[in-house]
Amino acid sequence: MNPRLWWLRWSSRRPGARAWSLMGPGTAWIVAFFMVPLLFMLAYSFMPKGLYGGVESGFTFEHYVRLFDPLYIKIGVRTLVYSLGCTAICLVFGYPVAYVISRAGEWRNLLVFLVILPFWTSFLVRTFAMIFLMRDTGLINTVLLATGLRTEPLEMMNTPFAVMTGLVYGFLPFMVLPIYSSLEKLDPSLLEAAEVLGARPAARFVRVVLPLSMPGVVAGSLLVFIPALGSYLTSDLLGGAKEMMIGNLVQNQFMVANNWPFGSAASFTVMAMVLAAVFVSLRVRDEPAGEAR
Amino acid sequence: MGKLPKWLLGVAAAVYLFLHAPLLVLVAFSFNDSKFSAGWEGFTLRWYERLLERDDLVHSLWVSVEVGVISTLISTLLGTMLALGIARHRFSGRTFLESLLYVPIVTPEIVVGISLLILFVFLKMTLGIGTIVIAHVAFNISFVTVVVRSRLEGMDRNLEEAALILGADEFTTFWKVTVPQLWPGILSGALLAFTMSFDDYVITSLVTGPGSSTLPIVVYSMVRKNVEPSINAISTIILVVTAALIWASDRLSQDKPLTPH
Repeated sequence: MNPRLWWLRWSSRRPGARAWSLMGPGTAWIVAFFMVPLLFMLAYSFMPKGLYGGVESGFTFEHYVRLFDPLYIKIGVRTLVYSLGCTAICLVFGYPVAYVISRAGEWRNLLVFLVILPFWTSFLVRTFAMIFLMRDTGLINTVLLATGLRTEPLEMMNTPFAVMTGLVYGFLPFMVLPIYSSLEKLDPSLLEAAEVLGARPAARFVRVVLPLSMPGVVAGSLLVFIPALGSYLTSDLLGGAKEMMIGNLVQNQFMVANNWPFGSAASFTVMAMVLAAVFVSLRVRDEPAGEAR
Repeated sequence: MGKLPKWLLGVAAAVYLFLHAPLLVLVAFSFNDSKFSAGWEGFTLRWYERLLERDDLVHSLWVSVEVGVISTLISTLLGTMLALGIARHRFSGRTFLESLLYVPIVTPEIVVGISLLILFVFLKMTLGIGTIVIAHVAFNISFVTVVVRSRLEGMDRNLEEAALILGADEFTTFWKVTVPQLWPGILSGALLAFTMSFDDYVITSLVTGPGSSTLPIVVYSMVRKNVEPSINAISTIILVVTAALIWASDRLSQDKPLTPH
């Protein structure tokens, strides 16, 4: 019998079989090389540290207890503050941009493309662009020195300013796009109705535009906050050892300090923070959406 | 745009400047004839010539291309199949599978990298091109699935039904009707997968082994060592290549599916 025909007959009697023959390989890959490794990481975080890297069998909470050492608390708090700060700055600057794009008529596509472009541009190259501007011999300092505004270079590298600028520069497009897509869907007749009913521009914005764009604001904030929490390259290249974030702590424990279980515990903490952020934003998203109607 | 307040336009212009000026400056200074790249000393191409003399850089470019092509082929195939399964079939466990697909999208790269490193070391696998490909496919499948699935959901199913009614079997319908319509979505997903693979530093740096440094790993070490304007030159090349890929992908995804008018 023709194998094609055999397959069609066989699978038509088993509705799940066809679906899973399509989805099986991809699902298997994600389970084997994404989920299983995460479980390994979780297991490692509860095991004693081995003598030559790796772990020994056993069960311990010591790595999680160690995370409460003031040194690591400081790194955790710094990570949270930078991520929240970065999200706030991106919101303050990203919202106006999204608003302008949504009202830009024929320029819309070009303006959206100009936001997407850096979003897909090499993160490493973009971080280097920040270094090129901010280092002591960089462009900003060259200009400052040449114009006599300063007599010695302004120290920007390895400061909170450098890391925050780098984070905002890296993640701003994630904020603009979702806000833009929720503003784009906004029905202009609602604004006309508000105007006819006597609402001033500020009131129209606060009471009509802003509530209706909340889903975009929540999505954008999440898309900025999550990668900021787990960021590694920005703080590594622009912040150095002084401005370590959790991502750098994790990398350091694996590649330098050789304490894999402690690194796993730190890594699992980032993952838990990310999942908490997703969970909170899903709750927030479901609430004000009802209120705005 | 005339009705918008001036300050708002000012903020937007400043943000666009902030997003693009640093890269334009970077590109401009790749042609600067000065070793201490900060002041403009005249036009030169010597930093590009200098790149060709670096064997490690040229070698890493080939590693990146190899990893990018192989991981793109695998993740595009598996991601497209997943998208077809999810969009076209009813099955139990669908919600679970969908949330499973979102995990790779939200997981921080550093977490992905170290958890894979743990697995590979546990399995005593040799770190190298093979492990890099496995890692890249693992984070790319979900993205391909999202792109292809959105294309599938915008597609007109009448054409497929017409083919079936006219007597084509399901295989013929799939290859002659579904795939040609889906093609721009598949290509667009593949280009994004290639771009992400080609750009990735964090995950790759954790699962790479001796002799299998990709381009971003060599560029990272150049940035660390702060070596001259060659970094500007290689950055410019990377920017031009990714911009071209993204432009192509953007065009493909805007391209409307073939529908009868």
